[in-house]
Amino acid sequence: MSKRIYITGIGIISSIGNNVPEVFTSLKASRSGIGEITLLNTLHKGSLPIAEVKLSNAGLLDLAGHRGSDQFTRTTLLGMIAAKEALKSAGIEDVNAYRTGFLSATTVGGMDRTEVFYKDFLENPESGRLKDVVNHDCGESTEHIASELGIRLLVSTISTACSSSANTMMFGADLIRSGKVDRMICGGTDSVTMFTLNGFNTLMILDKRGCHPFDEHRAGLTLGEGAAYVVLESEDVVKSEGKQPFAELSGYGNANDAYHQTASSPEGKGAFMAMSKALKMSNLNSSSIDYINVHGTGTENNDLSEGIALERIFDPVPLFSSTKSYTGHTLGAAGAVEAVISVLSIQHGIIFPNLLWSTPMKELKIKPVTEVLTGQDIRHVLSNSFGFGGNNSSLIISKPV
Amino acid sequence: MASAVNKRIYINGVGCLSPQLTLDNRLFLEEPVSTESNRLKAIDANYKEFVPPEMVRRMGRIIKMGVAAAKTCLADAGCQMPDAIITGTGLGCIEDTEKFLGNMIKNNEEFLTPTAFIQSTHNTVSAQIALLVQCHGYNFTYVHRGFSFESAILDSLLQIENGRASTVLLGTADELTANSLQIQKRLGFWRRNPIDNLKLFDHPDKGTIAGEGAVFFLLDEKKNSTTYTVLQDVEMLFMPHSADEIRSQINGFLNRNGISESDISLLLVGQNGDTRHQKVYDEVAEGSFPNVPACGFKHLCGEYMTASSFGVWLAAKIMKEQRIPEILQVSKKPSELKHILLYNHYQGINHSLILLSQP
Repeated sequence: MSKRIYITGIGIISSIGNNVPEVFTSLKASRSGIGEITLLNTLHKGSLPIAEVKLSNAGLLDLAGHRGSDQFTRTTLLGMIAAKEALKSAGIEDVNAYRTGFLSATTVGGMDRTEVFYKDFLENPESGRLKDVVNHDCGESTEHIASELGIRLLVSTISTACSSSANTMMFGADLIRSGKVDRMICGGTDSVTMFTLNGFNTLMILDKRGCHPFDEHRAGLTLGEGAAYVVLESEDVVKSEGKQPFAELSGYGNANDAYHQTASSPEGKGAFMAMSKALKMSNLNSSSIDYINVHGTGTENNDLSEGIALERIFDPVPLFSSTKSYTGHTLGAAGAVEAVISVLSIQHGIIFPNLLWSTPMKELKIKPVTEVLTGQDIRHVLSNSFGFGGNNSSLIISKPV
Repeated sequence: MASAVNKRIYINGVGCLSPQLTLDNRLFLEEPVSTESNRLKAIDANYKEFVPPEMVRRMGRIIKMGVAAAKTCLADAGCQMPDAIITGTGLGCIEDTEKFLGNMIKNNEEFLTPTAFIQSTHNTVSAQIALLVQCHGYNFTYVHRGFSFESAILDSLLQIENGRASTVLLGTADELTANSLQIQKRLGFWRRNPIDNLKLFDHPDKGTIAGEGAVFFLLDEKKNSTTYTVLQDVEMLFMPHSADEIRSQINGFLNRNGISESDISLLLVGQNGDTRHQKVYDEVAEGSFPNVPACGFKHLCGEYMTASSFGVWLAAKIMKEQRIPEILQVSKKPSELKHILLYNHYQGINHSLILLSQP
């Protein structure tokens, strides 16, 4: 376990920007991507806000460097754009110069197209364009992106709800340490769909005003869409290439709350265990963490449970914020979106605020960062991602030494 | 990929809910189930034995299948609590996905209830197992077509190898619904005419038979009295260009495990009776394993994205009992069963190798 795993490339597309520089600009300007629904064809247009990528599929196709093909789902297109940017930012021209794998995460895969298929299919089981349903499963987007990148060595997909893409980084790092690969492109992609919007709506956890994480008057999350990937490389590759890594993935942990299928335990047991495992792996004391990018969905239940777990581990709790107030909750992409934001924090010494916050939660002593803080020496960031099924993941991303 | 797994990792328990009578670990395919259809349905367990009564009614079928197989496996291994739960599923909880999607469309996004949405999440099976056995450990779900189970194996081996877990509950679950059967029928996956599954390999044609199941294994770094086999290694090949490339990968895979093609006692192949997908199996078997006894297994479980887990169950039982059930139509009888290699591919895209060895 002595070998270090470095982050040498990042790529992102989300409601606050189509690439890393755009996202960084929005983050610094406290510009949220949450707003009225413009593209998704749903009854909830006008009543529920979301954080959309403001490009049609045709626009995404253009951005991904493809023309005139409708074989890709929105999930695939988002992922392709972010994964390509990650490779480029890592300065990788020949992806197979080292043994390279691709791990992607998604929660509903090609659901955006399945919804279209299913409408016709329900009326007549012989109708519905098959082209719209062959991409339903979660592996589809991964395989299209891997093929686009030219990766065949190790290709797989993880789906553990909202912690999915954080988990790709754990498995990716483990694979590098095992010596099976030299580098991995890890992350996730999810487009907003009617399925997820209505699903979360039936749970009554969508805030009609947009999410207010860690606020006393929070009323739920806001769905977002996007994709993000990081390039993880072994210490050996970084040394032999003389690369300047962006950050180090210094620790990680996954634990299961084993409390309820959707709700977090009141004491945040799974969250506590995941954070503790990550700290232990990185050999850091809790006091070494300079900033926490919290899961902070804005639901009553998550923020309370996560907040209690934070207060149990940290004394005092370091600076923290939920950047879901910018990007919305991008589900399978969330862990990677927030890992990329954490890397930006380390690179630029900036903590991005928790927007839309006004009132401290009465059960907690802590409150989030609410304004852009510059000139910070951020050595270690903890990033949390918690999902349905009690799936809790924590990553520790550090300034490279 | 270089580097084999260094520790010996054992399968110390199994639980297999399949279209065959496999959930009772005392049986071993003595009475194969046959159906004249293009669908093999998994035989439902008496789920009340595995799930609290208040949960049985609401729980989706795939979740119940998974829980029954997982609990059978834990009991078989005499394990109360694994250190980690790692699963693979190709399509996840499609019954609940279809239910929520259908209601959403029919009711124009109104009057919906959350249960089907909650259960549609891909990691529901491993999460419900964790909840029922109160396992707070590492909990991952892989969802990559014909690599779903194989990825879960790879992660399980790494978790034990790097010392983060001593035991891992590794498994799969995939369910077939009327709608998914219909969609895949339109995609040309299945036989046009019903066929006796036990005669699938005798009548090669376009299409195969659909299957489903939930299969679990308890992996342990320690050998004990319940040990079945060593789960030696796994490898995934994404879109290999040719049979030659596959054969060369197999050669490298066996070499890194210190053996060669001739050391394989039994080759289990994922052939499914579909003539469009048979060629590569034949080329690999004849080219690399000309003198090795070989047989298929999908006439027993049907074709689905995690069907290779049924093959591993079969291999584990064969290794433990040191005999091959008659229904397997082996090309010739192996003298002893030391190494079993499973070679499977899903739709010609996801090819995989799994090696099991005598403990």
